Amino acid sequence: MKKNLICISCPLGCSLDVIYEPNKIISVDGATCKRGKAYAEKEIFNPERVVTSTVKIKGASIDLLPVKTDTTVGKCLMKKVMEEVFRIEVKAPVKVGEVICKNIAGTGANLVATRSLEAN
Amino acid sequence: MIRKEFNAIVIGGGPAGLAAALSLRNNGIDNILLTEREDALGGILLQCIHNGFGLHRFKEELTGPEYAERYIDLVNETNISTMVNTCAVDIIDNGDSKTVILMSEKEGLVQAEAKVVILAMGCRERNRGNIAIPGSRPAGVMTAGLAQKLVNRFGYMPGREIVVLGSGDIGLIMARRMTWEGARVKAVVELQSYPGGLNRNIVQCLNDFNIPLYLSHTVTNIKGNSRITEVDIAPIDEYREPLKKEQFTLKCDSLLLSVGLIPENELSLKIGVELDKVTSGPLVDDNLMTNIPGVFACGNVLHVHDLVDYVSEESEICGKAASKYIMNLLEKAEEIPVKPGNLVRYVLPSKAETGKENLISLRSMAPAENVTLYVKSGDEILYKKKHRKVFPSEMQRIPLKKLPENCSQLDVYFE
Repeated sequence: MKKNLICISCPLGCSLDVIYEPNKIISVDGATCKRGKAYAEKEIFNPERVVTSTVKIKGASIDLLPVKTDTTVGKCLMKKVMEEVFRIEVKAPVKVGEVICKNIAGTGANLVATRSLEAN
Repeated sequence: MIRKEFNAIVIGGGPAGLAAALSLRNNGIDNILLTEREDALGGILLQCIHNGFGLHRFKEELTGPEYAERYIDLVNETNISTMVNTCAVDIIDNGDSKTVILMSEKEGLVQAEAKVVILAMGCRERNRGNIAIPGSRPAGVMTAGLAQKLVNRFGYMPGREIVVLGSGDIGLIMARRMTWEGARVKAVVELQSYPGGLNRNIVQCLNDFNIPLYLSHTVTNIKGNSRITEVDIAPIDEYREPLKKEQFTLKCDSLLLSVGLIPENELSLKIGVELDKVTSGPLVDDNLMTNIPGVFACGNVLHVHDLVDYVSEESEICGKAASKYIMNLLEKAEEIPVKPGNLVRYVLPSKAETGKENLISLRSMAPAENVTLYVKSGDEILYKKKHRKVFPSEMQRIPLKKLPENCSQLDVYFE
């Protein structure tokens, strides 16, 4: 089977021509770095994305703390992650990289803070 | 009025200002002031909570706030003075020194003087007025960046049923963000026959959520009294005239505009900085110095970038050149013009120096396949690179080796 993908590993967005069988990749053409092939493999069989969002924070100068999943999660699990994110509320201070929620929605990924906010 | 003196004043605490101020410091300059009109350093990065920043600079994928924080931490480790909630309202050229008039929430009116001013004010979004969409004037029509600020920094949802006009990166990112937050994005409408944003964002922001992208279409009418209720959308012909017969209507409660960015140069004009008609940013030499000696510019105020990594890189070059200017070490070799040719929308800087290495940025005029980018001096090829695909949305950067002394003009073009 043949598929044309746009690699999303970086802003270059290489156009990848992928030839594959039901359970293995035969060839990936068009990638300018090695991440292209890894991306194609995942994208064909089990597409994954990083989820970025915000959670409520109390006691900081602003009301929202930006967060992300520290690894990619299955594309089909993004909605579950967001449902969990809506329920979370944290207290300042928070340091960038701090784990806000372990193994969020059972994805294996942790939700981490992407900004440091001091208590005020 | 409080009076202060500095060696350098950097206006704007976003990625350009942060990197420029740090670069000044790292090149031996003391007594630097960095001013920011918002309540925190970081600029637009603070509301860009999505990832994709820093792949060149830090070799990892960061979100906007993370990228900003790395630079803010570095600035805080130095003795660079910072003023937040401070708006620069005027700059005056006194020859050897410049005066910047600042309105500070904390200190009131401040008159700051310095030998060097670095303009790093960034850009702002084109809005409804800039593109003259017909229709009524209801609430719910706003730029994508404003929607981003409302959602990501204040936690307000601008609406539930969204149409996005323009496929710039902010519009695409917001289409995904609004979807994640529970809104329904009904369409992204793009006047051009190709997307305005990066391809990766078409994939992960639209295709992932089955959001339709209407290329070669435009919004022909905005309807609604107090709040927007629907928009008319029509395909356009080769003269960009809407084809009314094929027009259709989408119900929505918000229209987000992602129709381009304009460098914010009102302040630059006050001191007499000359602007480039194509980029709307200052005309600069290869030291990123404007026509006013001692006034430099970098980042999106100079030309709109698609990658913050390149903003940081450019701002470091700018800070380094500015530090040399302060120490009276900025040597000027012979300047030669750099001319955009076939398929090149603009080149920056517009002048290069012979006997030196030069970094040239450019954008293509339109998408093209299997083209070669050339930089020539007369018949001599100084740079040549094949491209499978080029898009206007992707800035090209050419590091040129030391230019021969006998160059008289550089021609940059695709073939």
